[in-house]
Amino acid sequence: MRGCLAVYQRELLILKKKFWRQTASMCVAPLLYLIAFGFGVGKDLQVDGRSYMEFLIPGLVAMSSMTQAFAIASEINIARFYWRIFEEFQAAPIRNIAYVTGEVLAGITRALFSVALILFIGLLSGVVLSYGLLFWLAVVLNSFLFASMAVCMAMLVRSHADQALLTNFFITPMAFLGGTFFPVDHMPLWAQKILNFLPLTHAAQSVRASSFGQTPELHSYVLLAALGLALFVLAFHCVNKAKD
Amino acid sequence: MQALKGIDLHVMEGELFAYLGPNGSGKTTTIRILTGLSKPTSGDAYLHGFHILRETLQAKRQCGLVPQSINLDHELTVYENLNIHGKLFQMPRRVRSERIEEMLHYVDIADRRSTPIKHLSGGMKRRVMIARALMHAPKILFLDEPTVGLDPKIRRRIWSLVKKIQQNGSTIFLTTHYIEEAEFLAQRVAFLDEGRIIALDKPQNLMDRLGKWAVDKIVEGEMETTYHASREGANAHILRQVGSLSVRRVNLEDVFISVTGKKVQP
Repeated sequence: MRGCLAVYQRELLILKKKFWRQTASMCVAPLLYLIAFGFGVGKDLQVDGRSYMEFLIPGLVAMSSMTQAFAIASEINIARFYWRIFEEFQAAPIRNIAYVTGEVLAGITRALFSVALILFIGLLSGVVLSYGLLFWLAVVLNSFLFASMAVCMAMLVRSHADQALLTNFFITPMAFLGGTFFPVDHMPLWAQKILNFLPLTHAAQSVRASSFGQTPELHSYVLLAALGLALFVLAFHCVNKAKD
Repeated sequence: MQALKGIDLHVMEGELFAYLGPNGSGKTTTIRILTGLSKPTSGDAYLHGFHILRETLQAKRQCGLVPQSINLDHELTVYENLNIHGKLFQMPRRVRSERIEEMLHYVDIADRRSTPIKHLSGGMKRRVMIARALMHAPKILFLDEPTVGLDPKIRRRIWSLVKKIQQNGSTIFLTTHYIEEAEFLAQRVAFLDEGRIIALDKPQNLMDRLGKWAVDKIVEGEMETTYHASREGANAHILRQVGSLSVRRVNLEDVFISVTGKKVQP
């Protein structure tokens, strides 16, 4: 447990050192999307009886929790390939599960921080939604899933450039197609079937439904939790493999 | 590729043991296996009585590692680096802060405690790494090329520190390219070549096997060395030769070249 806390606290310390840079960087993408899609394209648009801004904010929450949780992969890679800190963790008397837990917790923390920033920006834009338990549960499950995926990827890649490729092929398409900017049920049936395989689609739907005060689909929570757990176990095995 | 082939050695408690060999001979692989960074395909190793695979966590607690490349958190300060290490080794907060102070003074960087690593010189970073490796008071300290890339003055300062650590009772396992480093520091040395130990003894014993005196002669651009038991023998040899010759004491580098057939590659 202490080993896990040491890994987690190290990541927090790094985050603290780069606090203003990180905060600014976390705000850039959501702000651009809000300006371009919220105030620009969607100004007079209504989706299912709500303003497009109200529709967009929960989508951005889901997207940002995904990207920021996954961004822990970059931190791990920098520590592994540039600073070789991974060796320091491997030489310490801590179990790999403690290492994975520490990094995943750091990913979730980053994600929650970025979500708080988006909600604050939303508040400034006059968007007030319901942020109850189910809202935060969906955010945490989504962050858990993508932070676990990030640890797997960070252990599997052989260089920092590989990591950027994975982001381009997995995260960016998901960010745009996972129900962030448009309702998936407006797509053709065949497209909906494909998009329902994306975890972000379920996260966006759950976050949106809970923030609108509706009851989200239970199966989306189960799916996010199950997939997150599977990736967490996989991350543990990837750390074992990365040793050599 | 098999990096190590049947290494069999025992390092005694409190000993300063040097592990020498050309590039790719398996020095770092040995250290990586012993410190839990790599898994061996076969064989057994014990660190202070703990099996490295069956009692991994206990074995890891016995050792401190100073790897060849700098692996400090460059964004963090000296203090923060040591503190994180203490946390990783589950040291209680009070013990940790006392030990950090002790280590900062021990390696003489107390005035740099709040300096980010990125602002330190190479020699200072090495000293921080040594302090970090000693934080949890390990029984065995692994030093993998601890002075590589440092200027001679700083190198000697690190040597003094290593001597001090050993005199305080730690067992030290040192790999180095610098033969004079092993000659100066080590009580015993092992020469490793292509994954095998090809010589293992006290430096003086290894040198005595070759002789006391060496005569160097350049023949067609290549150095040819002959070894002699006495100065008189070396002088007699010189008198029989034509060309430029020089006589000197046999050193550990001669042993290295004679057992590996290779020059030291810095």
